[in-house]
Amino acid sequence: MLFALPVLLVFLVFSWGPIVKGLVMSVQQTNLIDPVKWVGLENFRYVLSDPAVGQASLNTLWFTLLALLFGFPVPVLLAMFLSELRGRSWFYSMLAYLPVITPPVVAILLWRFFYDPSPSGMFNTILGHVGLGPYLWLDSPSSAMPSIVLEATWAGAGNAVIIYLAALTSVRPDLYEAAELDGAGVVRRVWHVMLPHLRSVLLLMLLLQVIGTMQLFTEPLLFTGGGPQGSTMTILLLIYNYAFVNGDYGAATALSVLLALALAVLSAVFQLATRGWSTE
Amino acid sequence: MSVLSDADRKLTRIRVPFIIGQVVVLIGLLVAGLGPLLWLLKAAISPTQDSIRSPLAWFPSGEVQWGNLATAWQQGHIGYYLGNTAMIAAGTAVASLIVCTTAGYVLSVLRPKWGAVLSGAILATLFVPHIVSLVPLYLTVLKVPVVHANLTNTFWAVWLPPAASAFNVLIVKRFFDSIPREYFEAARIDGAGSIRVFTSLVLPLSRPILGVVVLLSIISSWKDYLWPLLVLTNPDLQPVSVALPKIAKVTELNIQLAGLFLALLIPVLLFLVFQRAFLRGVGLSGGIKA
Repeated sequence: MLFALPVLLVFLVFSWGPIVKGLVMSVQQTNLIDPVKWVGLENFRYVLSDPAVGQASLNTLWFTLLALLFGFPVPVLLAMFLSELRGRSWFYSMLAYLPVITPPVVAILLWRFFYDPSPSGMFNTILGHVGLGPYLWLDSPSSAMPSIVLEATWAGAGNAVIIYLAALTSVRPDLYEAAELDGAGVVRRVWHVMLPHLRSVLLLMLLLQVIGTMQLFTEPLLFTGGGPQGSTMTILLLIYNYAFVNGDYGAATALSVLLALALAVLSAVFQLATRGWSTE
Repeated sequence: MSVLSDADRKLTRIRVPFIIGQVVVLIGLLVAGLGPLLWLLKAAISPTQDSIRSPLAWFPSGEVQWGNLATAWQQGHIGYYLGNTAMIAAGTAVASLIVCTTAGYVLSVLRPKWGAVLSGAILATLFVPHIVSLVPLYLTVLKVPVVHANLTNTFWAVWLPPAASAFNVLIVKRFFDSIPREYFEAARIDGAGSIRVFTSLVLPLSRPILGVVVLLSIISSWKDYLWPLLVLTNPDLQPVSVALPKIAKVTELNIQLAGLFLALLIPVLLFLVFQRAFLRGVGLSGGIKA
C-alpha cells in the first residue's frame, strides 16, 4: 500500500500527532529544557485565574459580534444581487474577490496607513469632506476594534459572496417561474424561493464565520499589537504571547484546548438549535 | 436562475431601481476591490510627501518616481523575499499534490478494507480548530518524532504541514469518485498495474481539480504569515509576508508602499489569469462545507 504512505506520514506527523500532543501538553509543564512534569489541571487553573484571559475573551466576543453585524449580511445581499446580473456577474465577483487575494500582511500595512489618525490621513480626509472626524481609528481603545472589524470584513466578504453565488446558481429556474405564475411578487419570490434555498448554506457560513472570527490573530498583532490599553488583545494573540513570548507552552495549550472546547460546545448547541429549520 | 423574470425587467418600476442598484454596487465594488490596488500603484511611484499630505490626489505631483519600485526591489530586497515566497508556494503545492492525489487514489479507487477508517480519521481533522495544534505543531517541527530532525529554518517546515489538508484530500477524492469505474476495469484488463492506472489514467483525467488544488495552495501559502514567522527565523529564508512588516519599520514610506505593491502584484496577476479555476475552487469549498 505504497500509495497510502504520503498521507499517513504527513497526517501522523503534522495533523493527528499535534492534535493529541496538544491535549497531552495541556496537563503538562514543559519549557523544552527541564524534564516534562505532569501537573494535572494546574495549567487550566493558571489560565482561568489570569485576568488577561477574561479581558481577551470579552474582546474576542466583541469582535465576533461586530464582525457578524457587518460581515454577515453584506455578502448575502451582494450575492443575491449579483445572481440577478446573469452574464455580467463574473466581473462583479472578480472585483469582490480581489481583497481576498490580497495577502493579509499587505492589506494590514496598507490599511494601517489609511487609518492614519492625523487630519490628512486617508480616511480622515475622505470623512473630512463630509464634515466628520478626524477620528483616532486604531489609536483609541474604543475605536480600535471596530477599525479592525472594518478591515477584516473587507478582506473576507468576497469569499462568502462566491460561496453564496454558487449556492444560488443551483436553484432551479422553474421554481421562480412557478412562483411568478402563481402571482408572487419579487419580494415574495426572494422570501419564499431564494432564501429557503440559501438557508443551509447561510446557517453553515454563520457558524464558520463565528469559529473563524474567534481565532482572530494576524490583524491585532500587526495593527495594534493588542493595544491600545489591551483593547484588541484577543485569545489567539494571548496564546501566542504565552507560548512564544513567555515560553509557557503548558498555559498556551491549555488556553487553546479551552477555546477549542468552547467552539465545539458552540457548534453543538448551534446544530441542535437549528436542526429543525435547516432541512428543507 | 433568477428572481427577476424577463417580464419584470421590462417594468419601469423594477428596471429603474435595478439599474441604479447596479451602478451603486459597481461603484462600491470598484472602490473596495480595485481602489486599494490602484491607489497603491499611484503611491508606489509618488514621493512620500504626496501620500502623506494629500492621499486622495489622482496623480503623483511633479515627476513620476518609477525608481521607487527598483529601490524596493533591490535595496528593500523585495525581489529576494518574493523569490523565497515563490519557493515556499511551489513546494507547498507539490507536497499537497502528492499527498492528496495518492490519498484520493487509495480512498476512491483502490479502496482497501481500512479505507473507511483512514477516511474518517482525515475527515475528523476538519472539525478540530487549527488553534489546538498550533503550539504542538511548532514543537513537532522543532523536533520531528522518531527521526529527531529540526526542521525550523528549512523550507520543509513550511512545505509539509499544509499538505496535511483534509479539504484537499476530500475534493480530490470526490473528483476521482466521478471517474467512471469502467475505465479502471478496462485498464486492468489491458494489464495495467495500480501504479500505471494512477499515472496514465487517473492523473491526466483529473487535471482540472489538480489545478484548483495547486492554485488554492499557492494562494494560501502566499498569504500565510504566522507560521513562517514562527518556523523561519533566519531572515535569508523568510517570505515577503514576514519581511514586509520589518521593512516597514526601517524604510521610507514611498519605498515601503512600492514594496507592498510588488508583493501584491503576483497574486493579483495569478488570480486574473486563472480566475475561473479560482472561483470554481471557492464555490467547491462551499459545496463541501455544506
